[in-house]
Amino acid sequence: MAEGAVHQPLAHDSADLHVAGAAAYVDDLPEPPGLLHLAFGHAADGHSTLVSLNLDAVRAAPGVVAVFTAADIPGENNVGPVVHDDRLLADGEILYPGQPLFLVAATGTRAARRAARLGKAIVEPRPALVTIAAAKAAGSQIEETQIMARGDAGAGLAAAPHRLIGSLDMGGQEHFYLEGQAALATPGEQGQLHILSSTQHPSEIQHLVAKLLCRSHAQVTVEVRRMGGAFGGKETQAAAFAVACALVAAKTGRPAKFRADRDDDMAATGKRHDFAVDYDVGFDVDGRIEAISLVLASRCGATADLSPAINDRAMFHADNCYYLPAVEIVSHRLKTHTVSNTAFRGFGGPQGMMAIERVMDAIAAQLGLDPLAVRQANLYGPGRDVTPYHMKVEDNVAPEIIAELATSARYAARRAEVDAFNASHNVLKKGLALTPVKFGISFTTTHLNQAGALVLVYADGSIHLNHGGTEMGQGLMIKVAQVVADVFAVPVESVKISATRTDKVPNTSATAASSGADLNGMAAKIAAETIRERLDTFAATESESTSWTFAELCRRAHLARIPLAATGYYATPDIGYDRASRRGRPFLYFAYGAALSEVVIDTLTGEHRVAAVDILHDVGRSLNPAIDLGQIEGGFIQGMGWLTTEELVYDDRGRLLTHAPSTYKIPTANDRPAHMEIAIWARGRNEEPTIHRSKAVGEPPLMLAISVFSALTQAVAAAAPGKGLPKLDAPATPERILAAIDELRARNG
Amino acid sequence: MIRFLLDGETIEADDVDPTGTVLDHLRYTLRRTGTKEGCAEGDCGACTVLLGELDGDAVAWRAVNACILFLPMLDGKALRTVESLGGTHPVQRQMIERHGSQCGFCTPGFVMSLYGRSIGAAGTVGVPVGDVIAGNLCRCTGYGPILAAGEAVPMAEEEDRDIVEALRALQPAYGHPATADELADLLLAHPETRIVAGATDVGLWVTKQHRDLGPTVFIGDIADLRRIEESPDALTLGASVRYSDAREALARLHPDLGELVRRIGGVQVRNAGTIGGNIANGSPIGDMPPAFIALGAALTLRRGTKRRTIALEDFFLGYGEQDLAPGEFVESVRIPRPSPGMLVRVWKLSKRFDSDISGVCGAFALRIEEGLVKEARIAFGGMAGIPARAPGCEAALAGRAWNEANVEAAAQALARDYDPLDDLRGSAAYRRTVAANLLRRLWAEQHEPVSVLHG
Repeated sequence: MAEGAVHQPLAHDSADLHVAGAAAYVDDLPEPPGLLHLAFGHAADGHSTLVSLNLDAVRAAPGVVAVFTAADIPGENNVGPVVHDDRLLADGEILYPGQPLFLVAATGTRAARRAARLGKAIVEPRPALVTIAAAKAAGSQIEETQIMARGDAGAGLAAAPHRLIGSLDMGGQEHFYLEGQAALATPGEQGQLHILSSTQHPSEIQHLVAKLLCRSHAQVTVEVRRMGGAFGGKETQAAAFAVACALVAAKTGRPAKFRADRDDDMAATGKRHDFAVDYDVGFDVDGRIEAISLVLASRCGATADLSPAINDRAMFHADNCYYLPAVEIVSHRLKTHTVSNTAFRGFGGPQGMMAIERVMDAIAAQLGLDPLAVRQANLYGPGRDVTPYHMKVEDNVAPEIIAELATSARYAARRAEVDAFNASHNVLKKGLALTPVKFGISFTTTHLNQAGALVLVYADGSIHLNHGGTEMGQGLMIKVAQVVADVFAVPVESVKISATRTDKVPNTSATAASSGADLNGMAAKIAAETIRERLDTFAATESESTSWTFAELCRRAHLARIPLAATGYYATPDIGYDRASRRGRPFLYFAYGAALSEVVIDTLTGEHRVAAVDILHDVGRSLNPAIDLGQIEGGFIQGMGWLTTEELVYDDRGRLLTHAPSTYKIPTANDRPAHMEIAIWARGRNEEPTIHRSKAVGEPPLMLAISVFSALTQAVAAAAPGKGLPKLDAPATPERILAAIDELRARNG
Repeated sequence: MIRFLLDGETIEADDVDPTGTVLDHLRYTLRRTGTKEGCAEGDCGACTVLLGELDGDAVAWRAVNACILFLPMLDGKALRTVESLGGTHPVQRQMIERHGSQCGFCTPGFVMSLYGRSIGAAGTVGVPVGDVIAGNLCRCTGYGPILAAGEAVPMAEEEDRDIVEALRALQPAYGHPATADELADLLLAHPETRIVAGATDVGLWVTKQHRDLGPTVFIGDIADLRRIEESPDALTLGASVRYSDAREALARLHPDLGELVRRIGGVQVRNAGTIGGNIANGSPIGDMPPAFIALGAALTLRRGTKRRTIALEDFFLGYGEQDLAPGEFVESVRIPRPSPGMLVRVWKLSKRFDSDISGVCGAFALRIEEGLVKEARIAFGGMAGIPARAPGCEAALAGRAWNEANVEAAAQALARDYDPLDDLRGSAAYRRTVAANLLRRLWAEQHEPVSVLHG
């Protein structure tokens, strides 16, 4: 048998197409004859009553073929995933600025967009709740406040030798996938529809289209070859565009394409939730937490979307790597008149983790201890291994990873160097921080942890691979192909990767929660092994079979009437969680990592640079180290952007003012730290029997960037030594850094 | 009609919409879909293509954003897209080998930017890879593999003789004015004509605001407006001089001007945008005007055959309002060379260092002799509806000793010079504080490093 394809650092399966401009995205495919191009007419203002819509000018505009409103929808006017409260087109009430009011179909994109601006909405403005504070004060929620608790936090706080209260605000984040939302629907016979969509969740779009058009699931096929980035932003947010295409195709009998303008996309689709955190923590002289109360409040926007699960995950990660002996986590899910916030890499986890990491920095500042020492004192360990949701942490490698990184990246020596620098400089100040990550792997909604695959082996030995996962750049397809190639002991090139289609693998979950390779890799392995076993059985009956190539084996097996196609199905074992009691085992395992970041700030302007980053990250036994390193680096830089340059600014009606890359600033190549060392933890091996003992890697590395925010906090503290913990909020723009310095310096003492 | 070269083939397009973009033409007419639209406003670089024009016996190539390049601007030029490279160029091989693509959507743009660097395209010679790709956004990789790929690609002069010959033979078809005189006549006859130079601003009026520009005239190729004249006492830039063409001359005038240009847009924007356009459009956050004002620049305006020269600060009358008569146009700007003893500093503050618009841009020009401030010219952008001088601050410095107490007094005075706005780039309070702090930085840097970029 040949050397297996798994664990090899193979290039992305589409890399040669990417660099040649030959990888096709939705908008790149040949346009079918009669194609209509779509644009939404968006609400200019926020929360209001929609009295009437005058669309005469829209209909009369050049190139316009049809205009649709909510009244034209035959079935359910909904694109929401769980709670059916997300309208494709507004009816009666406008919930947020940018909400789609009507849909224009025209002969060209520019014609559709120009016409869409000519609609006249008569509205009666209503008060808009825009901020977390305003929604909280008004009691405006998308669901009941949730509480997770273990032990008696109140008593623990009262009894603790030291106690601190504080707060932290953190902003949201725009996904800024480079390929904007896009879809193309083509009508077929007998009410069938084929929809090409840039989505992480083809099955959900299939289901929404069926419901909106009163058709069966079987009449609707959704296909995804690849997305030009998604990051959670195409889990539910792709639906409106795909469903709009389906509506137009169904109504006109013509194919319809929607390619969203970047500004419209940014204004009208959801983002990462911004959070406000309040903490009350009791601890001992070594900084070890005895009890803690955390209040997490998030801006969910106008509809439920995935906010319940996202806020749940914030609670699940408010412990990060730390044992909280007595804990109460209160989670307010606030309904605001802003675009509905949604999934984004980490799915609430980063915000929960930010909360507890701020607490670590606060304790260290209060006691005058090294923040790393405080973090290490609080880590899970023997006898201190139960999470706030009563799950036992059985695979805790955080202490080892932290210790290894602290040594390899010279934490102690560099801290002394930073202190010396700060002692001799007035304008520039440096900060250093090492923070860990522990991220739970599995959908916390247990039933989503299932996947299917379809493997077809042809008589010439070539293999066709289908599974329910979608490719958004994360390298899922190559990883699963490696798994399948390994089963058959053939080169990975023999495995033909094809588009994800709902007519190949049904009832799939979104490619989300970092689960793509874990779930689909396992399903594909099971399917491949079914065929492999048949081939092995057949070969055992043929005396000459040892000299056959794989192609020869397949040809002979076909002649011997051995079936060479199989499905595979995998459901994650051993997990289960009771949301009502907030107890159970929501995660199969945890992924771990740690990062050490060094920053320098300018105390006159608030500007900063991330000078150096060292990362040690656990991916178990990597399925593909090259892909995994790419996920780690990319996740880190994306997290760094969230906490530094990326600022979403809304006006008092909830309009997003930063709706284009001219005003919303994701990191550029020059923001990458000059020193960046990333290592996959060499001893990594999943304790659980996951696919080849690997660990999920999509989301966890994003949270390594919390080290940047913590280092910035340390640098600001150095601008006024002895004054305590700065009140630095995220994103740490120059303005916020300067404000934190000024506030710190103005403190007494 | 326009006529251009694409991979050796002459392409003609009839009846072009003067505000149709090269990107749309590539993607939807020529079906070359490798070039992507990421933002349609010149900020992400996914649509990067190379434009070539004759430069003596060679082709001068420059990377530009096709999304805001109007079709008439292609007339008479050569175009290269990612498809032109064939898939096996060293840039492409390095990008594959180093895992430089993930989702792949931004990748063609990066390939073209790095390819441009490898053949010495405009604005890339001697420039670090990071600066060359700062106008290309990637949301997946974190850039490390792309930077490494760029470093690994050897510089290779390409044999352009065929393209030189083809460009010589190519007859432009659109009918752009060839000289400033022709432009002056046209504007006199049709003063409502919209002047388009690099379209890095006006392009967005079309792609984003869906404005109808009315009659247009394209001035980017008018040779006598692209003149750069360096003399011992001044630098004079024609209105159509692009940022990347002016950068070296500006850096020779003062290094901070070179650095300021580095931080305006990405290479693609600097290869299209003009200094004259930046002034003429009167952007309140235009980055060059504050620096030029501090250095005492003068603007020459022309209407027909009549010219007038005014101080640059007098050109900006109010928000969106310039001292420009119908039919008149910006012909050139003259920036005096600072005398050797002059203390000149220009600092731009933004949320992101590269390819961002200033929250505040401060420019200082002080003549200090024997410990005394003889002359102070200080100007800011982002502090008012127009780039403007700081009279109170200047007065607090001029004629006084150059010492910390006087700097502090001047910093206090500066806070009263402007009434800045709250907007998405910063609050009024931050702007006021930080403007004064830039003056303090001027003092502090005599004693210690003050910039996180170079500290």
